[in-house]
Amino acid sequence: MGEITYAQAINAALRRALAEDPKTLLFGEDVALPGGVHGVTRRLRREFGDRVFDTPISESAILGGAVGAAMMGLRPIVEIMWADFAFVAFDQLINQAANVRYVSRSRLKAPMTIRTQQGATPGSCAQHSQCVEALFAHIPGLRVCLPATPQDAYDLLLAAIECDDPVVVIESRALYHSLKDTVDLDAPRSPIGGARIVRPGSDISVVTWGPMLHTVLEAAHVLEGDGIDIEVIDARWLNPFDTDTVTESVSRTGRLAVIHEANLTGGFGAEIVARVVERGVPLSAPPLRVATDDLRIPAAPGLQRAAIPGSDLVAGRLLSLLKPGND
Amino acid sequence: MRIEEQIVGSVHLCIGQEAIPVGACAALDLTRDAVFATYRGHGWALACGTDPVALFSELLGRETGTNGGRAGSAYLSDPDHGFYGENSIVGAGAPIAMGAALAARYDGSGRVALTVFGDGAMNQGAVHEAMNMASAFDLPVVFLVENNRYSELTPIAAMVRRDDLVSRAGPYDMRASRIDGNDVNAVRETISEAVATCRAGQGPVLIEALTQRLVGHYIGDAQVYRPHAEVEQARAKEPIIVLSATLRADGVSEHELAGIETRVRAEVAAAATAALAAPPADPTAVKEHLYG
Ligand SMILES: Cc1ncc(C[n+]2csc(CCOP(=O)(O)OP(=O)(O)O)c2C)c(N)n1
Ligand SMILES: [Mg+2]
Repeated sequence: MGEITYAQAINAALRRALAEDPKTLLFGEDVALPGGVHGVTRRLRREFGDRVFDTPISESAILGGAVGAAMMGLRPIVEIMWADFAFVAFDQLINQAANVRYVSRSRLKAPMTIRTQQGATPGSCAQHSQCVEALFAHIPGLRVCLPATPQDAYDLLLAAIECDDPVVVIESRALYHSLKDTVDLDAPRSPIGGARIVRPGSDISVVTWGPMLHTVLEAAHVLEGDGIDIEVIDARWLNPFDTDTVTESVSRTGRLAVIHEANLTGGFGAEIVARVVERGVPLSAPPLRVATDDLRIPAAPGLQRAAIPGSDLVAGRLLSLLKPGND
Repeated sequence: MRIEEQIVGSVHLCIGQEAIPVGACAALDLTRDAVFATYRGHGWALACGTDPVALFSELLGRETGTNGGRAGSAYLSDPDHGFYGENSIVGAGAPIAMGAALAARYDGSGRVALTVFGDGAMNQGAVHEAMNMASAFDLPVVFLVENNRYSELTPIAAMVRRDDLVSRAGPYDMRASRIDGNDVNAVRETISEAVATCRAGQGPVLIEALTQRLVGHYIGDAQVYRPHAEVEQARAKEPIIVLSATLRADGVSEHELAGIETRVRAEVAAAATAALAAPPADPTAVKEHLYG
């Protein structure tokens, strides 16, 4: 089995979904003939014809169009090119898609998949850098996942497409072409939800997701040299969130850290900390959150590095959890 | 500089479209008027009077940049020169320009707000909300469409029923015109009239300026979606060639034209060199200015 990139894994999942279910559609800005601005949807138009099409730069029409088509029984997969652009059309997600099933008591449903990507990369401007998963995760009725590996990029997207409710799949632009791995393309489809313990450990349970997983793994590797054994959990799904896996882990390690690229205040890390604390899991240190400062995201790489946690900062903060006073 | 990775991130050039910012800014009074542009806004900043060193510095993430490195290529601003900035959200500048024009009704400035956006932005709801409100309230806004026929990698013709975007003025009952955006004099004259209309309280105005970019949507775009011949044809009609021909016909000598080109190239090279020598943005200040 050869290695494929994170972007190619998404492409493969889309191809499989389009091939297996004639009710699926794929549309968004530049996704069809050009194959996507990041090349993620390459060749799908050629293979699936009219079911894959380009749209005007009209996010409300893209999302609203998906809601309407989904209500009629199709399974639209749409792309919002940058998560930051979802804001021009939040109504269609929050007031519309999220309400369809609940208010109709399941007489209607909106089985749609919204693919988008987020995060800061060197030089990306303040309107192309935000991590907004907590905003989506705050909305009852939406499902939210963030794949961090090529295999998950494949599996989570297929699970999302198969889900009968609106699912926001937040991909990582930084990982599209930089991350490669072997991917089992014949894997049975998994249901939505479920965290994954990526690295077992005994000293601290670290929960993270998206590209921050790789920063945390680097930090864990560094700390291993100091004899510190970090357990790394990739949350993968924020809704449904796998509280059990996290509490089980924390009950073994006695320490919890949540690390995300999204800014601190109101970030999903706060929700995780609250859930663990509410369950009364005994903790030998106060829970820790490491996140981007509560700021707009600056473009200059040096400024971004000052605002967004890197592996050095993560390692230092984790160390301080074990040796209070070293912070 | 982007190709050599001295500049990082997306860079959108306006090569082939220069006549529009140059002609339009010549028609504005930038001591009071306000320009709202897009990510394709470097030419707009320069035409407004932004110091080229500050512009290059911003692209390079330097402390001396227009925004101290916070904005980067696609979101920079220079309000001292009437440049209220680029915007990286397609169509988002239009309602803001409408608001700047709304303010003029109360502050007695006589300000005209000019918002420039691409053909693709015409399909964004925010632009239509802005056009309707500006029109309903007779606000002094110039809505200027740079129709370069593409939105990123997709031809506008595939995304609209009628590709004469000037027709969108009809339902809003705005004065409108469609012009050759590669003819700097035509742009200046048309914008001058539009500004006069707005100052007389008879705005808003919609202008569609036809143009073509000679380069990709961003640096690195291989333009596979675009017939090669189209770019070649566009090269023959690009604004600097058009203007040079006009000047020649008016009796300007080859020698004078060559002198201008040499001078401008030297100025640009000097600005780039100065910006490269400037200090990087100060990371210790990254938390400043979130609130007042
Ligand atoms: C709301 C929103 N949707 C999508 C994008 C991504 N995007 C950036 S530029 C662009 C194309 C815009 O085309 P046009 O308006 O014709 O301007 P041009 O780039 O040709 O100058 C797109 C789709 C964005 N920045 N904002
Ligand atoms: Mg365009």
